[in-house]
Amino acid sequence: MAVTVSPERDVIATPVQRAVREAFYAGAIALGLFVLFIGLKTGQNISNELVLTTRWGLLAAVVIATAVGRFLYVAYGQPFLASQKIADVATGLLPDSVAMRFFRLPYFIAALVIAALLLVLASSLDGLLGPGLAGYARFVRALAIIYALASVLFYFRAFIHAHFSALGIAALALYPIIVVVSLALYGGSIAAGFQGSLKWVDNFGIQILIYVMLAWGLNIVVGLAGLLDLGYVAFYAVGAYAYALLGTQYGLSFWILLPAAGAMAAFWGVLLGFPVLRLRGDYLAIVTLAFGEIIRLVLINWREVTNGSAGISGIPKVTFFGLMTFNVSDPNYIAKVLNIATSSAYYKIFLYYLILGLCLLTAFVTVRLRRMPVGRAWEALREDEIACRSLGINTTTTKLTAFATGAMFGGFAGSFFAARQGFVSPESFVFLESAIILAIVVLGGMGSLVGIAVAALVMIGGTEVLRELDFLKQVFGPDFTPELYRMLLFGMAMVIVMLWKPRGFVGSREPTAFLKERRAVSGSFTKEGHG
Amino acid sequence: MQYFVQQLINGLTLGSIYGLIAIGYTMVYGIIGMINFAHGDIFMVGAFTALIVFLILGAMFYSVPVVVALLVMMIVAMLLTSLYNWTIEKVAYRPLRGSFRLAPLITAIGMSIALSNFVQVTQGPRNKPIPPMVSKVYNIEGISVSLKQIIIVVVTALLLALFWYLVNKTSLGRAQRACEQDRKMAALLGIDVDRTISITFIMGAALAAVAGTLFLMYYGVIAFSDGFVPGVKAFTAAVLGGIGSLPGAVLGGLMIGFIESMWSAYFSIDYKDVAAFSILAIVLIFLPSGILGRPEVEKV
Repeated sequence: MAVTVSPERDVIATPVQRAVREAFYAGAIALGLFVLFIGLKTGQNISNELVLTTRWGLLAAVVIATAVGRFLYVAYGQPFLASQKIADVATGLLPDSVAMRFFRLPYFIAALVIAALLLVLASSLDGLLGPGLAGYARFVRALAIIYALASVLFYFRAFIHAHFSALGIAALALYPIIVVVSLALYGGSIAAGFQGSLKWVDNFGIQILIYVMLAWGLNIVVGLAGLLDLGYVAFYAVGAYAYALLGTQYGLSFWILLPAAGAMAAFWGVLLGFPVLRLRGDYLAIVTLAFGEIIRLVLINWREVTNGSAGISGIPKVTFFGLMTFNVSDPNYIAKVLNIATSSAYYKIFLYYLILGLCLLTAFVTVRLRRMPVGRAWEALREDEIACRSLGINTTTTKLTAFATGAMFGGFAGSFFAARQGFVSPESFVFLESAIILAIVVLGGMGSLVGIAVAALVMIGGTEVLRELDFLKQVFGPDFTPELYRMLLFGMAMVIVMLWKPRGFVGSREPTAFLKERRAVSGSFTKEGHG
Repeated sequence: MQYFVQQLINGLTLGSIYGLIAIGYTMVYGIIGMINFAHGDIFMVGAFTALIVFLILGAMFYSVPVVVALLVMMIVAMLLTSLYNWTIEKVAYRPLRGSFRLAPLITAIGMSIALSNFVQVTQGPRNKPIPPMVSKVYNIEGISVSLKQIIIVVVTALLLALFWYLVNKTSLGRAQRACEQDRKMAALLGIDVDRTISITFIMGAALAAVAGTLFLMYYGVIAFSDGFVPGVKAFTAAVLGGIGSLPGAVLGGLMIGFIESMWSAYFSIDYKDVAAFSILAIVLIFLPSGILGRPEVEKV
């Protein structure tokens, strides 16, 4: 069967004609995809039977939106991008980047003026516009402030780029203080500041830092040693259950159990490492995935020890190095010792600094290990296993140390997680978590610590922000729950970011070994390993 | 003995479904070397499509013969599920072809999350039960064989025969095998590689849709999250049989089915998945490229 390719059609057709055709195809495909799933809805009637209700209006809206979107992109988006490129070449000037066009001084001033006006007139506007429109006003104000801040960051981008790590650590260290102080100023009292900071420190700060730590731990296995591990969450689970069981049963302190949990996870890492030493690529991937599932299934089914799906609750809190506690009833409760007002925020802020410390420990160990023989052996293993063996590197111990070190940090993060939640159940350790952590490592650019941290901030912070989008209720009606769409958008964001930057956020690498001059190389030169 | 044969039949039924899904994994892996993580959710979409078609048939006609209903469900599910897999390949995998190996894996995981949550958002999070379609049970010397099980095994056998014919005897199958061996060479010889890959995805999705319809008929219930476990089992089956090998996928599916039913019958039902995964690990220690897989020759 001969396949005829006819490129003439695309050349002859004007963009608009082509766009109409493309839009028609896109609409037809969308109709096919969504006719049963959006057009119809299965629901239960009173006698618990399934019945169908129709939503043709919604279906039509989605199909038309798809077609129109495709039309606009093909008819105007693509030619615009192409002509921009040609114009830049023709004028001979260095083309302004998209960011340069986006951040202009007049826009910055306008954003500042809008933000200031809306901030000053906030109370009178609330009365004037009514609650519905006032929500929009607040949204516009937030956008203006974000734009102004982004402009400032953009202006200082060279400085930020040069001192990124130091600035990042400083910002992370100051974050809870800034949150408490600004909320205290906003609310008018210190108590309000502490109370309001709970959400920001706990949901955003601690949550993101846990994922940063997990991703940095997995980075040792995937990014440095090039071993694809789809069951990393198992070590997280081992650490969490180690602290939960030993802490509740024997009353041991967090500070003893933290290294114990790390050691136990490392032990399990070696245990997983042994059978998979000979496996490569996707065989390795499925065995690690199976290992993660086995751990989860054992946690669910070994009810005598783990209490099954119900999980373990009442896990003791972390103490302030044994000197002070965070339980209100204790005689050495922190507020009593320091003679300050009682608040639950102290514990969260303490936990924030604890996880920040653990993260920095992980980063420090990773950076140092990369310069030691074992770290170099990991990277050599990733680049070429056969060459490694020919040069006398023991691949068995190299792989096992990678698994053990990665697992140990997973165990640390797990015991921290158990202490933070006060409750663990197998539901926290599903495959989805492994997938999210792996996605953060890959999106961050595999092997780049800064990139991974940025990826964790974007992906986890982004999904947490979706919990806060109550103003959408005013747009789509009170039945609309943005919460529901959180994971749908998360999955789509994963696809889009990967298509946009297949090499991750940080596309260059700092080599640890170099001949004369240290020069960053493109990420495309690093391999991702076979095993 | 009767009990053993009974479990053998149960295992065969379960294994047929796993085998059908596993073929989709193994074909995609063979041709573009990626794990299509969204395949389990494609299976779930197939089952959901069958469910909705079943409800439409029930609402529009007073009574439909079961055979006709099953056929219609299967065909519509095959068509629409293929469309899903085709679109996903085009949107999420094709732009990353030739990029590094983990990039399509991540988009596949993203698609898997997006698909299951799309079904949750549009169809609701609850389990969807349907009344039993086929309830006849034959009793042969103390062994009970339900008509459902016979349908599953027969449909699977027919499809596998058709599929074997497609891959081994048609020009399409030849193109597929050529792309599997060397994509660049196949392109030089005039094979439209993009089209062949698209057709591979369509075929995998069609088989997964049949598996979904049979799953719905057998268990009578489906939920948005039901794609993951059969997906992982089928993936395990594909790897156990040797990923890239079609007979291996079927063999692996049957093995996983047997292990599961035997383990639940003789040991403990709670640990049946643990048993399946452990046997996978043990087999791979001794046969690192699966039972029928070709060992990867490494050239320096």
